Amino acid sequence: MSKSALHIRAQVLQTIRQFFTEQGFLEVETPLLIPANAPEEYIDPVMASQQWQLQTSPEICMKRLLCRGYERIFQIAHCWRADERGSRHLSEFTMLEWYRSNADYHTLMQDCRGLLSAVARRCTPDACFSRNNAKINPNLAWQTLSIQEAFSRFAKADALLSVQNGLFDELLTSFVEPAVAKNPVPVLLVDYPASMAALARLKPDAPNYAERFELYVGGLELANGFSELTDPNEQEIRFEEANRVRQKIGKPALPLPKPFLAELAAMPPAAGIALGVDRLVMLTSGADRIDQVVAFTPESL
Amino acid sequence: MLSVADLKKGTKLTIDGDPYVVTSFDFVKPGKGQALYKCKMKNMISGTTLDRTYRSGENFEPAQLEEKDMEYLYKEGTHYTFMDQQSYEQVVMEEDAVGDSKNFLLENTKVSVLLFGEKPIGVTLPNFMNLRVTQTDPWVKGDTSGSDSKPATVETGYVLRVPPFIEEGELIVIDTRTGEYSTRVKG
Repeated sequence: MSKSALHIRAQVLQTIRQFFTEQGFLEVETPLLIPANAPEEYIDPVMASQQWQLQTSPEICMKRLLCRGYERIFQIAHCWRADERGSRHLSEFTMLEWYRSNADYHTLMQDCRGLLSAVARRCTPDACFSRNNAKINPNLAWQTLSIQEAFSRFAKADALLSVQNGLFDELLTSFVEPAVAKNPVPVLLVDYPASMAALARLKPDAPNYAERFELYVGGLELANGFSELTDPNEQEIRFEEANRVRQKIGKPALPLPKPFLAELAAMPPAAGIALGVDRLVMLTSGADRIDQVVAFTPESL
Repeated sequence: MLSVADLKKGTKLTIDGDPYVVTSFDFVKPGKGQALYKCKMKNMISGTTLDRTYRSGENFEPAQLEEKDMEYLYKEGTHYTFMDQQSYEQVVMEEDAVGDSKNFLLENTKVSVLLFGEKPIGVTLPNFMNLRVTQTDPWVKGDTSGSDSKPATVETGYVLRVPPFIEEGELIVIDTRTGEYSTRVKG
């Protein structure tokens, strides 16, 4: 009998825990119900009451743990994002995040290589992921492309200009994602335009870009990692800028995570990443839709 | 008004004055980016398809569609005239909109007409229609060619395959959804 998606899911979760524990990471839990998430232009928290929100990501609390001296931490947690539902989205989903002190996004890319190899090896019959009936082998050399290169090659457009004229997301999903979907190895898109990385450190030698990357497997966006911004003043300015954009497009401004801003000055240089666990299970089991890898969808409740 | 979040497979909306039905729909949202709604739609009059990407906040006019019970009256050139069973008003439909239904349409047949606003854009017939065979070759007894069907023309001019024993002048039942012979009308 072939294994059910829930069996594969359990195996993936165990493999993640084993991988990080062996690498000396501490598994942590932080509150799901918080007064403020990091304000983002296009991410809307689910409000639990007037004062409390469900987390859209555990990033705020995990970075506060870095400030307290925990150097390598990981967490597997449920997150909520209002009105996100599609073949790859659930409003409530499972996120894996991990953080490293005294490291930058290059180290995170190495972590991704190790983690994906371990998951493919232990949870699939042929050590490969599947997407749209194609195999993606994480044990071969990965492809790394800067966003700028990917845009000029696949969308015949300039990435920075596309941000300015508001076409970035559309070009990314219409041309870049379908092109990288054909790759039989995982693809890292690196160095995002600075304005698209609210919590990331800018590249010292190219400040129009941030040290942020996205990991794609079979065209499915799996993880988003970056070198952390550690300047509290700059961080507050970026949060306020995100709120200005929100108000311009008719969304309410969001409260700022004040204790996080207050502690940020004490944060060591660090890097952190968020990976969609449901999507990793999709790739491991070959499921087309996120619905196939969870016990229940919201519509079935 | 419909918002983009209301769209799903089967939603009917008006674009550039024409009714469209959503045939496939996906929500995409690249990391930290805007929500995009990728839509494939089919024009309910011409049948042409349309790919569009929408963003949150966009609104649509739902397609005002209504099905009415009508009686088919007569045809003049390429115009088919129907009468509303309640108001007794007559509507005229173009042959293109009648589509394959014209093969089975007999005067005084009770049908369902799909209206987009005032404009008739489609007709649904009963699933089965009785039509008289106006021409078919006789069945040669002892025919050993092994053929288990032969062509026949019915009173609308439509040609279909029927079993060899069907004779000219007989009434047969046709499945209007497939256009195929179903059975003969006994008696």
